[in-house]
Amino acid sequence: MPYVPHTPEDIRRMLGVIGAPSVEALFAEIGPSMRPKSFDLPEGKSEMAVLAQMEDLARKNAVSQMSFLGAGFYDHHIPAAVDALSMRSEFYTAYTPYQPEASQGTLQAIFEYQTAVTRLTGLTFANASVYDGGSALFEAAMMAVRQTGRRRLVVCEALNPIYRVMLASYTSNLNLELATIAHKDGSCDLAALTAALDGDTAAVLVQNPNFFGTLHDFGALFAAAKAQGVVSVITVYPVLQAVLKSPGEMGADVAVAEGQSLGLPLSFGGPYLGIMTCTRDMVRQMPGRMVGRTVDTQGRTGYVLTLQAREQHIRRQKATSNICSNQALCALRSLMHLCLLGEEGLRRTAEICIERAHYAAERLAAIPGVRLLSDAPFGNEFAVSLPVSAYQAIDKLTSRGVVPGFPLGRYYPGLENALLVACTEKTSKEQIGILAEMLRGMLL
Amino acid sequence: MNTVFKKSDPGREGVWPERAHKSAAELLPAGLLRTRPAGLPSLSELDVVRHFTQLSKRNFGVDGNFYPLGSCTMKYNPKFTETVAAMPGFTRLHPVLPQLGGAGRLCQGALEVMYETERLLCEICGMSAFTLHPMAGAHGELTGVMIMAAYHKDRGNKKTKIICPDSAHGTNPASAAIAGYEVVNLPSRDGIVDPIELAKVLDDSVAGMMMTCPNTLGLFERNLPRIVEMLRSVDALLYYDGANLNAIMGKMRVGDAGFDVVHLNLHKTFGTPHGGGGPGAGPVGVSERLVPYLPISRVEKLEDGQFYLNYDFPKSIGYVAPFYGNFGVVLKAYAYILRLGRAGLIRATESAVLAANYLRKRLDGVLEVPFDRICMHEFVATACKQTTCGIRALDIAKMLLDKGYHAPTIYFPLIVKEALMFEPTETESLDTLDQFADDLMALLAEAAVDPALATGAPRTLPVTRLDETRAARSMELTDDL
Repeated sequence: MPYVPHTPEDIRRMLGVIGAPSVEALFAEIGPSMRPKSFDLPEGKSEMAVLAQMEDLARKNAVSQMSFLGAGFYDHHIPAAVDALSMRSEFYTAYTPYQPEASQGTLQAIFEYQTAVTRLTGLTFANASVYDGGSALFEAAMMAVRQTGRRRLVVCEALNPIYRVMLASYTSNLNLELATIAHKDGSCDLAALTAALDGDTAAVLVQNPNFFGTLHDFGALFAAAKAQGVVSVITVYPVLQAVLKSPGEMGADVAVAEGQSLGLPLSFGGPYLGIMTCTRDMVRQMPGRMVGRTVDTQGRTGYVLTLQAREQHIRRQKATSNICSNQALCALRSLMHLCLLGEEGLRRTAEICIERAHYAAERLAAIPGVRLLSDAPFGNEFAVSLPVSAYQAIDKLTSRGVVPGFPLGRYYPGLENALLVACTEKTSKEQIGILAEMLRGMLL
Repeated sequence: MNTVFKKSDPGREGVWPERAHKSAAELLPAGLLRTRPAGLPSLSELDVVRHFTQLSKRNFGVDGNFYPLGSCTMKYNPKFTETVAAMPGFTRLHPVLPQLGGAGRLCQGALEVMYETERLLCEICGMSAFTLHPMAGAHGELTGVMIMAAYHKDRGNKKTKIICPDSAHGTNPASAAIAGYEVVNLPSRDGIVDPIELAKVLDDSVAGMMMTCPNTLGLFERNLPRIVEMLRSVDALLYYDGANLNAIMGKMRVGDAGFDVVHLNLHKTFGTPHGGGGPGAGPVGVSERLVPYLPISRVEKLEDGQFYLNYDFPKSIGYVAPFYGNFGVVLKAYAYILRLGRAGLIRATESAVLAANYLRKRLDGVLEVPFDRICMHEFVATACKQTTCGIRALDIAKMLLDKGYHAPTIYFPLIVKEALMFEPTETESLDTLDQFADDLMALLAEAAVDPALATGAPRTLPVTRLDETRAARSMELTDDL
């Protein structure tokens, strides 16, 4: 039997020591009424056969398409060294570092990860990560609810709609009020967001760049929030943080992010990485694991899980969150990715992505009938309005090998003709040219 | 060892892309840009490779060390599943593809993996339907409790409480609280749930009870049929914490036994690596009456054999994940189940229970086992006897590290003093179990003579014991503090 090393002789010896007549006797407490009514599973297969079966399944996915999909999840180049290093089994076959002396590798890496992400967001503290950007946003909202004792959340409609529906699900039993402030042609309505803040508001939640790709400076909004005792929560795109004004510079209290763009493949939705950072004022509300630096009995530097009094295994139902696992290996990969690119590499990546998107916007807007949804500044993603339904355009172009973008009408009624187009450093000018020509041809 | 930031030397070239023609300042208004660099390190590729290779050497993992960490099921992680998860046909798949109308045709292979995995998990657990969305065990718990809440709301039940036995994982009460419930703590008797104690707290306000079976003492919950009856009498639901499923696969099915909701830890039972604390995956299965409340989307199969995602479930709790859970982890678990098959899964369970009982017997008389009877896949011992000569569970754990073994789980469950929880798993050979038992006995014998051997451990690792109080007080959580 694969992976089970006990020979029949081993089993006899083990049963002898236990004093049990058979292996089945060890299960005697499971009464007849509790026994399986069926256990109808296929018989096992060789490694080669399973790999062949999985290859067949992988081939049923069309990944050779040219794609302009983003919507918060981006196809960036991952340095080969990220895969090579993260596949060191000392990292990936370890558990949560409960025994710090035997886990300094994981612990120091998480400490360095916490440092790297706080430098990106310009805030002071980070945790060891949560599941994904959406759960990070929910946890950030709950930090604000606990900190303020208030129950109203003001949410910008241009915040990723996938995260907004997650927020709605998670808060449905918690007696919280979600006030969603409409976007204006893909831009956040800063005046309306500011006006929506009041003494009952726990947090204002915004995104930069927002779901439409539009960039904002939320400095004034966050200052207005502070004046009302409202916690400012922002979710960002970590790659663009190399060049964009940081949450810290804007005065945010909690900054979160989907970390997928830092060294994690798209992988059909996961595993991803929920990055969470905050100010000193908010750190006691932080959920999940955190690693701190200390010394050993001989005065040498070492790392431990710390501030565990917030956590479920100590506090049970009074914990700041139910989170136990983080996404340690994903956090490790993102740290490796950031180190391999470094300051210059990440800045270059951000600039190429932005440059390519601006080129694409120019090419697409030159097609008769196509216009940019707004003239607001954008990063590596932008929305165009087509003279036809975006679904129709996607369907036609996809069948010719190009996925032109995401249909905004899926989440924004009234924007059925709007297409969200993303570029990364992997998008070539030639590909953009092909997209433009195919779209032009389709609209003729 | 210096942090990676201390090794930075501006000017060293990493894995850089080509330079853009225009800078951010030329492309965007100045007010939107950061005024100073973020402060990421500048390193050569070899600098980075060497740093992380050295860090990896400061870690124990299953591949290098026996890892009998109770409750965590640290079994061997077959290598071929990594090959599967790294196939470009899966890694390059964008998660919004199925939302593009007809573009579901571009990801039929991935949808089929999800559909088939759900089907297999249903058969393994005897449940009516599964969702793969929850991204970890605790996330599965939260999802499961939200489903229970939706059921009661739909039926007009006024329920405010969830019962958690005192042996429960800490995540159980925390998940129930996060989902909006009041938590009732249930004391165990003789290590298991006692129907008489249950009767004292059970009334119409109880939404459900969260159970781990076998429980965290490694004991089978013998009174389960009675507990099921009692809960049904007040329309309360029974939740199964799947952390210990490795003890019962093929011997008991959760659904047949009367549970309504179950979460699994694919990273425990189904051999996917723990990654130093994640990513895991926590799929949730439900009985027939809870199917309408599962999260959306759900993968379905058309008559022509095509797979698609259905979002039209008006009673659903909504979205718990941005997409379909940790798909990369699900892939590995699916491949693992295909490889082992029916007989392999049963054999895994049998051998896990056999190994745990063998180790329990081998340590007989050395460490006290408070509930000393046939255990399932793990058992809990106590260092109470050793405390009389000044040696605590923590000291025993640290001595084991010096011998190259990962420690058992210590100080959990909370209801056993000085607890040491051993879970050897099915993948460890008899030689390893014997060597471990011999080494542990020798260590305890030496320490009984000279307790300083224990209290000064570990001595052979990169660091000795660390000052946790100082860490909590100084709050140096980044290199900048």
